[in-house]
Amino acid sequence: MDTVTTLILAFISVVLVNNLVLTKFLGICPYLGVSGRIDMAFGMGMAVTFVVTLSGTLTWLIDNLVLIPLNLEVTRYVCFILVIAGAVQLVEMYLRKFFPSLYESFGIFLPLITTNCAILGLCLFLNLWEIKNFATAVVLSFGAGIGFTLAICIMAGIRENLKLADVPKPLKGAPITLITAGIMTLAFMGFAGMIK
Amino acid sequence: MNGEQPNLGKTFITGLWRENPVFRLLLGMCPTLAVTAAVKPALTMGLCVVFVLTCSNIVVSLMRNLLKPHLRILMFTLTIATFVTIADMLVKAYAPQMSATLGPYIPLIIVNCIIIGRAEACASKNGLITSILDALGMSLGFTFALCVLAVVRELLAAGTIFDISIMPQWFVPWAAMSMPVGAFITLGLILGLINSITKKA
Repeated sequence: MDTVTTLILAFISVVLVNNLVLTKFLGICPYLGVSGRIDMAFGMGMAVTFVVTLSGTLTWLIDNLVLIPLNLEVTRYVCFILVIAGAVQLVEMYLRKFFPSLYESFGIFLPLITTNCAILGLCLFLNLWEIKNFATAVVLSFGAGIGFTLAICIMAGIRENLKLADVPKPLKGAPITLITAGIMTLAFMGFAGMIK
Repeated sequence: MNGEQPNLGKTFITGLWRENPVFRLLLGMCPTLAVTAAVKPALTMGLCVVFVLTCSNIVVSLMRNLLKPHLRILMFTLTIATFVTIADMLVKAYAPQMSATLGPYIPLIIVNCIIIGRAEACASKNGLITSILDALGMSLGFTFALCVLAVVRELLAAGTIFDISIMPQWFVPWAAMSMPVGAFITLGLILGLINSITKKA
């Protein structure tokens, strides 16, 4: 199989088949917290996509060029979390300088990306799946962000309509959101087995 | 929180029920949903969180007067990452199979919002004893919630608890309960149940 096909397959697999939110339960907190309105959800998705691409690439480089050759795998988690915190800080400074209005609308969610498990999770999965190819690592990181955006936007769309629905009183709020998410994972299970 | 005896007891109990991190505050959702397909991994996960949260609360409480406000979160994260690395190595050494089952979810304790939340909300403001009790209450509350979810799911998915067969012969296992859909829907229904109980009371 030539390289381009491998990369396209990797992208589809991480967006649909192995969607981090719906099959690996990563990034559930923002998925439940920020999915109230579709524009906020999209903004959050874009911010996460940017940070996850940046930090996925950087942590892969650090892991393969520094930690593994020097046998420093013990410090992996500490290094990864530092890279992610740094990347988030960078995005925050960049947005504040060049896109102040966007920065205002993100508010508290921007620093919270640091503790989004989807990002650290992806960095750890890159190591677990034994990705040995730089291009694949970049594509997978980017795809993970797109997959997150897809899931959170679908959820926001459904929740905007749920406001009009007659939900039983004890199930209002978080419970019905979780049940909706459950049904969504069923839909995404249809993609399982599409690749390998 | 002025350190009197009844208040200390209350600090401990709060985390178990009134402010249960999973059922009430909706924190730490990722491990809650991911590791509760069976009781054993759920219990292991809970114990790891007990260890990490207690240790990090102790350290954060001891260094709370030295912290500069803008470096606070960074120091919390590094403390937590260190203890998670220790917990990960312990599980790998003593329960290698469990470590393989839990996979990346043990290192993911670093970004579990409960731990950094307690460091910020409790340990960085309170003394050692209060912080330890708060950590124990919160993390045992978390373990309790994980076990409730895992018991329901394992019972319905395989008819077993701790791999011991419980259900009668004619029981047909619901495979869906061990899949992501089971996790989301069970947690949703449990939250709904708790809501309706507390509304009546």
